[in-house]
Amino acid sequence: MALLDDHVREEVKRELAGLPGAVKLLVFTQEFECDYCAETRSLAEELSELSDRIEVEVHDLLGSKAVAEVYGIDKIPAIVVLGEGDRDYGIRFFGVPAGYEFSSLLEAIKMAASGDSGLSPEAKEALAGLKNPVHIQVFVTLTCPYCPMAVQLAHRCAVESELVRADMIEASEFPHLANRHGVYAVPKVVMNERVSFEGALPEKAFVDYLLAAGS
Amino acid sequence: MAELKFLVAPEIGKALKEDHPYDLVIVGAGPAGLTAAVYAARKKLDTLLISKDIGGQTLLTSDIENYMGYHYISGKELAAKFEEQVKKYPIDIAVGEEVVSLSKEGDDFLLTTAGGKRVVARSVIVATGKRSRPLNVPGERELVGRGVSYCAVCDAPLFAGKDVVVIGAGNSGATAVVDLIKIANRIYVVDIMPGWRADPVLVERIAAAGEKVETFFAHEVVRILGDERVEGIVIRPRGGGEEVELKVQGVFIEIGLIPNSDLAKGFLELNEAGEIVVDCRCRTSVPGVFAAGDVTDVPEKQVIIAAGEGAKAALSAYAYLIGQRR
Repeated sequence: MALLDDHVREEVKRELAGLPGAVKLLVFTQEFECDYCAETRSLAEELSELSDRIEVEVHDLLGSKAVAEVYGIDKIPAIVVLGEGDRDYGIRFFGVPAGYEFSSLLEAIKMAASGDSGLSPEAKEALAGLKNPVHIQVFVTLTCPYCPMAVQLAHRCAVESELVRADMIEASEFPHLANRHGVYAVPKVVMNERVSFEGALPEKAFVDYLLAAGS
Repeated sequence: MAELKFLVAPEIGKALKEDHPYDLVIVGAGPAGLTAAVYAARKKLDTLLISKDIGGQTLLTSDIENYMGYHYISGKELAAKFEEQVKKYPIDIAVGEEVVSLSKEGDDFLLTTAGGKRVVARSVIVATGKRSRPLNVPGERELVGRGVSYCAVCDAPLFAGKDVVVIGAGNSGATAVVDLIKIANRIYVVDIMPGWRADPVLVERIAAAGEKVETFFAHEVVRILGDERVEGIVIRPRGGGEEVELKVQGVFIEIGLIPNSDLAKGFLELNEAGEIVVDCRCRTSVPGVFAAGDVTDVPEKQVIIAAGEGAKAALSAYAYLIGQRR
């Protein structure tokens, strides 16, 4: 059975109309599919049916170990969103991007297709001065209306700077990781395992944290 | 496994023209602001809808069973339907923006955002709604995000199998309990009043969960315990008596709301509760500025009432603008 109903499919078609470049979704799952692995794979496949610019490549986490290592995939389900020419901007989704996070997946696809982060000129300038790699993990639940703001901002930073990788992590699917980072409210943002904060911050405050994490 | 839903939201932070005099700027996109937007668009007003999110408090409500036309709809689905209706019209929508000040500038109004953007408007509708009221007890502020939550619908999934307490036995507290019944191990409910003040349908649903839910009515919260994270809560009977310590990992605070009227302070007349005072045409103390929904002193905070007030505010703004043009 299709995950997306006719109504949502129409909206998605409208959102994804006229993508300026090709996008590839790398989906990582395994033979005996985990909780939401099947749904994550189906979701990616259904999206590719709605736009001829979206291609899906399904990988087995163990079978495609080398590929998983290249993209830093250590848990499933996972989606890597690649741009034109398989360019890796550092956009990752761990756990199914359903609920409110579905819009984050659509935004990530649009961003990867255009290569434009959409950040303000000030934020772009600030990120150009980033010195070291920053790994952003944004913990979310699918019922949290504020979470996509944090996820999308993290993904924008990843598109803008080659030094940034940004993961959406659906907290209830990875309880051990959520426990380790003390996730008791969402969105919770962890940068390089040392800077962390809760809440969807405005762009400038978010970028300031990012610069601190990368200093 | 829960049924998955897929929501398509607008791009965040798009379409805001700075120093472009809009006919109408609507601040807030809950039921009042969204309804106002539809009415304004149908009057062909050059309109900007500016808000932190689309849906407002509706997004934080699991189930809505008293909005006409729907026997049952989740808050986010209703918000999505509102939004879809607004997006049928060519108005500017800026999401992810918080308006922090509102003032008069010549014949127009000037609004500034937290990010420092400036918006000019000939008329304004303030529909900024309300937000959670804090308990103001020791430990609360320190443990926000460490087990203290003001958004049950957001954070409930993080408390699978844990023991939690819900403070507040009104409709929002009861709704939080109903959400948590499916997720948490044990749920305590604490309220200073002697019983539920929630709709009977919610109370029946909670009663059906049996011993999983334990109530402490006529109790008040003394403090929240924990260093790194919430470890418990201390309560005591109202009017004195032995303190009781409950071991919990989560504290959901649902004791009512305060109006988001900071942007209007010193500019518009507010009542003692901080709500914007409006007349029956949604007019505030400043001509050209209207207000609608939960941020106003209109009694009863309901989606359907906010929506109706939003419609009225937009029509009043239209009448005001026509009068200005002469």
